[in-house]
Amino acid sequence: MTTRAAAPAFMPVAPLRRAVARFLANPTTGIGIILCVLIALSAILAPWLSPHDPIEQDVIAQLSPPSARHPLGTDYFGRDVLSRILWGGRISLIVSLSAIAAAIVIGGAIGMISGYVGGRFDTFVMQVMDVLLSFPSLILGLVVVALLGPDLVNLVVAIGLTAIAPFARIARAPVLALKQRAFVEAGRALGYSHARILFVHILPNILSEVLVMGSLWMATAVRTEASLSFIGLGVKPPTPTWGGMMRDGFENILDAPWLAIFPGIAILLLVLGLNMVGDGLRDATDPKLRAE
Amino acid sequence: MTPLLEVDGLVKHFTVTKGFPRPVTTTVRAVDGVSFSVRRGEAYGLVGESGCGKSTVARAVLRLIEPDAGTVRFDGADVRAARGEALARLRQRMQIIFQDPYSSLNPRQTIGQALTEPMRVHRLASGRAARDRAAALLDEVGMPPSALDRYPHEFSGGQRQRIGIARALTVEPELLIADEPVSALDVSVQAQVLLLLRDLQKRRNLAFVFVSHDLGVVRWFCDRVAVMYLGRIVEEGEVSAVFTEPLHPYARMLRDASPVPDPVGRGALPRIVGEIPSAANPPSGCHFHPRCPHVQDACRAAYPSWRRRGERGAACVLV
Repeated sequence: MTTRAAAPAFMPVAPLRRAVARFLANPTTGIGIILCVLIALSAILAPWLSPHDPIEQDVIAQLSPPSARHPLGTDYFGRDVLSRILWGGRISLIVSLSAIAAAIVIGGAIGMISGYVGGRFDTFVMQVMDVLLSFPSLILGLVVVALLGPDLVNLVVAIGLTAIAPFARIARAPVLALKQRAFVEAGRALGYSHARILFVHILPNILSEVLVMGSLWMATAVRTEASLSFIGLGVKPPTPTWGGMMRDGFENILDAPWLAIFPGIAILLLVLGLNMVGDGLRDATDPKLRAE
Repeated sequence: MTPLLEVDGLVKHFTVTKGFPRPVTTTVRAVDGVSFSVRRGEAYGLVGESGCGKSTVARAVLRLIEPDAGTVRFDGADVRAARGEALARLRQRMQIIFQDPYSSLNPRQTIGQALTEPMRVHRLASGRAARDRAAALLDEVGMPPSALDRYPHEFSGGQRQRIGIARALTVEPELLIADEPVSALDVSVQAQVLLLLRDLQKRRNLAFVFVSHDLGVVRWFCDRVAVMYLGRIVEEGEVSAVFTEPLHPYARMLRDASPVPDPVGRGALPRIVGEIPSAANPPSGCHFHPRCPHVQDACRAAYPSWRRRGERGAACVLV
């Protein structure tokens, strides 16, 4: 630290810093970040923002259209739709965040080790991943939830499982290229362990690519969670979830369309925001742009 | 005095299985029985065309590639038998510098991290002391200490090569394996890096295995040289002797093909006949016979034995 202060003219301009600058310069990314932050904040602050208790039934105000008392209307049981959307966002975000985080850690580790070890082991592992990939994610999630039963943890397991194979592939590809580079050979000549080479030298070089895919897959996970809830395999009622609310709303789609439309818009905005952030991240860390 | 590095009968074959439905296995004899020894403080050159196996020899000595057969002894210790801690200690005494300075440094590490990491791993120094040592090493290779906090992409090829050399020196090796250390650099920078290597060799009494296809560079830098052709050494001896009066027709051809900076000294260049054959399917007998102007029947029948002539030797019936 002292040397840095002594020689401010030699401050390092890391590639990361340029990537961050480029990331923020993109207006689409800005909108994406704002969307994601607003949704995350509204989910976190749900207990204080919600005008009503999300599971409290108001029998007198069944299926009432949007009004001052219920800004987004009420459902068949007279529950406030706005409050349910705010609380439901927590489930969507918690499930997709933890599922993707688990998939990044497990899938990323599988892909990195497989690519680094190479040979028959790599072929075998990647074929197992291909089998996993061959299931549509909704079907795989459906099977897991059907076997384990619908609850929050099983939902995370199911969605995480569907995302492991893509992350293994995404992590493996750059490892194949990186392990040929001379700095990996230099590390071995210098007596570094394989674990050190893999986690200290290769991991930082693939992290940006994996995290970019993480943000894009977050959107997929939100959709999968909503789909599973929609077909009744999500978190059990009366806990509000966006997919579950859409399903309930479908029964009254003709006389109370707001029940399905508003949670649908919430899903749309979150998926849109996550995709915008993901695209921005991908562009900012694109090696073709980075090598300027 | 025992040599610092003793390589005997080194063999490395690569097998490639390709094709469907009936896969065909081809064996590429990258290194096919190579023996040589390097004394302390000596610069030993390995020259040859691309694909002759010189880089494979360099890597096999360090066991970055596991050799198939042969022995490698470093200061009397068997490198191929070394495991774990013993191998780490041996590797600490011999280091490698690479051809491509753009891929030899981790782009996500500062120069300071790259130089102090080996010291921490081998418990040579840590913290402040490691940083001071790294700065001293940078100074030794002609770089300012301010480079410590910067990233590889901020440096030119020549500077990165200096940093790569400094990193190899962090563990205080006795032998440096230089795999085409200057061939990726501009000619003006080549000279600077070569001068640096020569300087380090004298100051630290370093031995070198210097792999290059550039005869001019080897002539200037090395004491002894081995000429390789298709995985085998065809001639070995003092640099001055080998390059002024080559014994093997291939060595002569290489010498004649290497440019002479004096227009008067330039004779008519003999044309090199033919291409280098594939190491997967080497010619019978002497590998060089299809291109050799002095080919005899004996050359087609069997690989010529090694013939000594004083300090030198060659694998050719003409010797």
